[in-house]
Amino acid sequence: MTPVGVSTVPSTRPAAQGRSIQAYAARFFAPRLLHPGAWWAWAIGCAVVAARTTNLAILALVITVICYTVVSRRTQAPWALAFRLYVYLAILIVVLRVFFRMMFAPYGPTVILELPTLTGPGFLSAISLFGPVSAEALLGAVASALQLAAMVLAIGAANALANPKRLLAAVPGALYEWGTVVVIALSIFPQLAESLVRVGRARQLRAEAGRRRVHLIRNVAMPVLSDGLDRSLVLAGAMDSRGYGRSASMGNSGRWLTSVLLVTSSLALCVGAYGLLDTGFTPIWMGAPMIILGLMVGLVGLRLSGRRVMRTRYRPDSMKAPEWMVLATAAAACGGIIVLGMTTPEVAFPPIPPLTWPPISLFSLVVVVVLLLPALLAPKNRDGKGQNS
Amino acid sequence: MIVFDHVSVKYAPGEPEVLRDVNLRLEDGQLILVAGRTGSGKSTLLGAINGHVPHFTGGILSGRVTVDGLDTAANPPRELAHVVGVVCQDPLAGFVTDTVEEELAYGMEQLGVDPATMRTRVEETLDILGLADLRSRALRTLSGGQQQRVAIGSVLATGVRILVLDEPTSALDPVSSEEVLAALLRLVHDLGLTVIIAEHRLERVASYADRMILLDGMGSVREGETRFMMETSELVPPVVELGRIAKFEQIPLSVREARRMAGPLRELLSDKNPGDYRRIPPAQGRSSVHADMESAWGADLVASGIVVNYGVVQAVSDVSLRLPAGKITVLMGRNGSGKSSLLWALTGVQKTSGGRFSVDGVALEKQPASKVRSYIRLVPQNASDLLYLPSVEQECEAADRESGSAPGMCRTILEALAPKIDSTTHPRDLSEGQKLCLVLAIQLTARPSVILLDEPTRGLDYPAKSSLTQILSEMAAEGRAVGVVTHDVEFAAEVADQIIVMATGEVIQVGTSSQVLSTSALFAPQVAKVLYPEHWLTPYQVGEVLWEG
Repeated sequence: MTPVGVSTVPSTRPAAQGRSIQAYAARFFAPRLLHPGAWWAWAIGCAVVAARTTNLAILALVITVICYTVVSRRTQAPWALAFRLYVYLAILIVVLRVFFRMMFAPYGPTVILELPTLTGPGFLSAISLFGPVSAEALLGAVASALQLAAMVLAIGAANALANPKRLLAAVPGALYEWGTVVVIALSIFPQLAESLVRVGRARQLRAEAGRRRVHLIRNVAMPVLSDGLDRSLVLAGAMDSRGYGRSASMGNSGRWLTSVLLVTSSLALCVGAYGLLDTGFTPIWMGAPMIILGLMVGLVGLRLSGRRVMRTRYRPDSMKAPEWMVLATAAAACGGIIVLGMTTPEVAFPPIPPLTWPPISLFSLVVVVVLLLPALLAPKNRDGKGQNS
Repeated sequence: MIVFDHVSVKYAPGEPEVLRDVNLRLEDGQLILVAGRTGSGKSTLLGAINGHVPHFTGGILSGRVTVDGLDTAANPPRELAHVVGVVCQDPLAGFVTDTVEEELAYGMEQLGVDPATMRTRVEETLDILGLADLRSRALRTLSGGQQQRVAIGSVLATGVRILVLDEPTSALDPVSSEEVLAALLRLVHDLGLTVIIAEHRLERVASYADRMILLDGMGSVREGETRFMMETSELVPPVVELGRIAKFEQIPLSVREARRMAGPLRELLSDKNPGDYRRIPPAQGRSSVHADMESAWGADLVASGIVVNYGVVQAVSDVSLRLPAGKITVLMGRNGSGKSSLLWALTGVQKTSGGRFSVDGVALEKQPASKVRSYIRLVPQNASDLLYLPSVEQECEAADRESGSAPGMCRTILEALAPKIDSTTHPRDLSEGQKLCLVLAIQLTARPSVILLDEPTRGLDYPAKSSLTQILSEMAAEGRAVGVVTHDVEFAAEVADQIIVMATGEVIQVGTSSQVLSTSALFAPQVAKVLYPEHWLTPYQVGEVLWEG
């Protein structure tokens, strides 16, 4: 380190260095939309952490982290506002799970609520519902419900943080056509809803011939569907005129090879998934090795078929330092929770009973704090309200 | 350069040819206007330029179409995307992406333009078309004129030198269409593009067009210099008609030209009162819509304090108006000024947040749509939304049943509005004008006292429009109150007895057509501009004076 102000010769180095760190930080934190893949990876990381623990404290913290991140980094786009719906769904999951637990065998050492036991009549007498509700049973139900709720919220968060259409745009060239189909379907649906409203209004201008359901379908569905069909044709014609589907020619053999590769890859992935999930009787090679093989063959296939695509992308989302940071937090949290499960299972999966406060270790806190980092360090979203209105 | 070499098109074997033996050579750097009646094959001709016809639409094309030396038979539209850019009627229907910037880039992405070039071209296009402020806006939130400019920009950005536009301004208000046409003119004059444009309202384009292609409806096509074509054309803008009637030494194409030649005419007209002369020719031998029924309609529609809210947006704020019986009232104003919302509120379908309206002293504001319907009927903008049966005959029978009229009533009315429509035709196969007449007939079968029409002239050519003018004035003559929302100032000049101008949900001007139209900068018809400061509105009105002498 050169001490500043000692040398009479003006040295530009320390200043330049300071500027470059500042410049780097400015670049890092410059408001923009992150690559959608980064946010999806982070969401999957959250879901994995939630899936690998039944510790109520950790689950509650993870849910808090997800909600905080959404609030601090979401966009103003319509799909981002749908996060509320995911929250409702999560609450519904918890309520239902607890209710069912109260209904079916809520027994345990610490009874906190006396409900009458309902016994089925006659041959159903073996089945009984409700009865004394124990704190242990309820806590167990809450823990498993929170796991599911956290996963649902994680998916919702990914939707709120990243534009789903941008994610589709980031798919490899070979899948571009599918991506376009999905994008168009997404934009046709609101239009269909619009014409449904319009035709419904127009219907009221003319006396209805009959109120029967058949008439309703004919009177409303017919114009809406033919409208949708017309629109789709116009859109298809416009896309055709603008060069959609232009492609460099590719030999028949090449097309055949890519098809074989892609089919093989999907088969391998199916077998691998089966092998992983059915841990009882399948040989070990049917698990992870099959998945890896499937992924690799699939990648080669996609690369090959992507080669015939001569399309380019306008301002593609790029993976820069903030994206890698988000990815790294997701990976670290996943690794951390697995290590936690192996080293201190009593923290990751605290046994119930006994009925105690959920144990917290420093390491488990670190895992949660790592997931929180993107909310604090990732650049803010650029498309604030000011720019969109 | 575009060359049509003995081109004939038909859509199925055995059907008549839409285009017959067309030979054209269209040089670069021109604005070319394509005109012809509805169904005369304008869209087919435009579609053939980039191979959309027959590659996409089907049909049989014989002969050769070449664009910059590329034969469209061998090159489907996607392979011509770097040569010809196509802009369709409804820009929103052709958009693939969500935002302005992405839409501008879409065509280039398909062509494989490299990202750096793409970035510069997007920026240039944003500036050329004045879209820079809108770059990250969602396409759905733009106004019609802005959307159409984005559509033009999105094909322009791919670097095409030929633009093909099929009625690009038909859905726009006068200001927005000026904006779109100005953008196009700039492309022709500054960048030397070739622009081929089909348009029903010739008054908007005729003065700018270098050449004109005229389709006669039988498959034949004539092409020539605009002024020369206008001398013999059956379809002409009002200013040309005025030139013919007043026998100017040369056919004027623009208001400016006509005004320079109209000095003596203005002098001649200065001591006449425009109110003494008819604006449209009297109906000739047309059977009246309800000739066989006693005319029992004579009720004003009176509305006061109408408020319509959509969420936080106030579409109509405190509007009071009166549609007098036996008169035609025209509502004008830019897109989104609340005209349509007001019409829908008056049908009882759109719920109002306040205000009262009544017909013949019967208060209707709290009534359900089914009650309001027996007094007030609306023909909506998308007239075909009301049609759902497989034939014209069934639609008419359903209308008789619904309204409790004598069987055959609807068909009689339809015959008076649009003669000789085959009863077995599917309503979707009718022309725009015929569809409008069918819906109008269905709505008139219920014998309402008030009839409202939302943008009825959309897609109508001059002859169809003048028969609509006749129909409307007959309906008024029978004592009905007629309300029309329109952007078409020439149409308004012909039919309007009273004009109401709206802006931001409020009524800003009410007056007779000569008061409002002849003094307005925006809504003045061509004749009024030529003969300013005299209050003459239509060529026929001027003709009445000249012919009497």
